[in-house]
Amino acid sequence: MREIQLPVNDETIRELRVGEPVLLSGLMVTGRDAAHKWMMETFIKKTKEPKGDDLQVYEALKKLLNGAVIYHCGPVVSGLDSKDYKFVAAGPTTSIREEPYQAAVMKHFNLKGVIGKGGMGAKTLQGCQETPGVYFHAIGGAASFIAQSVKKVLGVYKLEFGVPEALWVIEVKDFPVVVTMDSHGQSQHTVVESASHRVLEELLAQPY
Amino acid sequence: MRDLTNEIVEFIRRTSTDLPQDVEERLKAAVEKEAPGSAARGAMETVLKNVELSRKNSTPICQDTGTPIFYVHYPEGWSTRKLREMIRNALVEATQKSYMRPNAVDAIYDKNSGNNLGGEEFPSIHFEEVDADAPLTIELMLKGGGCENVGAQYSLPNNGLGAGRDLAGVRKVVLDAVQKAQGQGCAPGILGVAIGGDRGSSYAKSKEVLFGKIGERNNDPEVAALEERLTDEANTMGIGPMGFGGQTTVIDTKIVGMHRLPASYFVSVSYMCWAYRRRKMTVQGDEVVYD
Repeated sequence: MREIQLPVNDETIRELRVGEPVLLSGLMVTGRDAAHKWMMETFIKKTKEPKGDDLQVYEALKKLLNGAVIYHCGPVVSGLDSKDYKFVAAGPTTSIREEPYQAAVMKHFNLKGVIGKGGMGAKTLQGCQETPGVYFHAIGGAASFIAQSVKKVLGVYKLEFGVPEALWVIEVKDFPVVVTMDSHGQSQHTVVESASHRVLEELLAQPY
Repeated sequence: MRDLTNEIVEFIRRTSTDLPQDVEERLKAAVEKEAPGSAARGAMETVLKNVELSRKNSTPICQDTGTPIFYVHYPEGWSTRKLREMIRNALVEATQKSYMRPNAVDAIYDKNSGNNLGGEEFPSIHFEEVDADAPLTIELMLKGGGCENVGAQYSLPNNGLGAGRDLAGVRKVVLDAVQKAQGQGCAPGILGVAIGGDRGSSYAKSKEVLFGKIGERNNDPEVAALEERLTDEANTMGIGPMGFGGQTTVIDTKIVGMHRLPASYFVSVSYMCWAYRRRKMTVQGDEVVYD
């Protein structure tokens, strides 16, 4: 199985094709609904003024996300009182909710990939081609298993978004994923969606 | 009336970390149906490893510990006010112990309460009185947001799908819901279907029916046949585990009928992810039994 060390370069990303299983190691940042909305409004579209520590976090994120991947995940974290953070359960969340933001976020931060579940749409697929980047599918619900690949919590930003929505900076080892959208315009999700739609049409046409 | 807070914490731990046997058996059977080396098979193997690991380490099966939905059958004379307090306190403690993720977010102010309590509705607790000498039972279901988001409600007739107000129409809209869900509800899933009611009661019932065991069929033979047919037909769509493409998309379907208004014919589909976390505890005298 292919192993990828993060951050990763464009050449490696272009080699990846839909269907390929990969083990990821290195640094990644979690971010989901609140984080994507905040990044988009404050730094990309700039419809909202930065406030509090926004600019500081932005500077840190620019460095962390460059060539890295973002993980759609709202973990269960222990050690919240002592700040000796540990990921207890950390599977992927449904990615499609970030569809309005993802391509712009990828380009803005030079993200090389997104990890999540359920796949994403046409805009993100386009973003994967342009950046270039890929969509890595993790196994939904496999939270205890995936948490074992998280070796260290290096830090957290925007904890005021809540534990699930904060941006957690983590170091992972052999995080198992499958490429389901690549940088060549291919998406496993489109293939399955259209094939299942054809079957649905046949089923609907059958008599009861 | 004794304090059951500690027992309820243990009950929550079991529900979040220990997948019921009947579900695990179906998942094990589903692995064998996927082609060796396929992404679908890899997904199912990971799912089963995760189930084992969660049980062993007492860690949540899924990080989305969902909406905690409690159904309490309390003997006549018990205080529902006190039971509610015990459940809420137990939930706070279970969250501190990382059996549960803090999951209650104020929708207007976008603020996570941090302890899994939010207003009157979070957690969701339903009370039903039983005879004074009957045991106290508490059932709990943890339903995550991914699968909740792909639930669907149809008002029949539905012209687009050619679905009329009968079981043939019900079949069509349920299949449509499965196709639309793709892998986003963490397939393979379990379908809870309620026919009738109003919009609110119909959705509630479509979740309640999910408390039944896998393979339990509706008493009406025609409805029971439709349950089986829907599972089989859903699996011909090839969506498969995680939507990777594969043989098993749905592992069971449960249908429940309700009364409706003459004007309304709702079909509500609750999609439950493979991490089908639901358990029951029974208290009789000093004895506490977890299923």
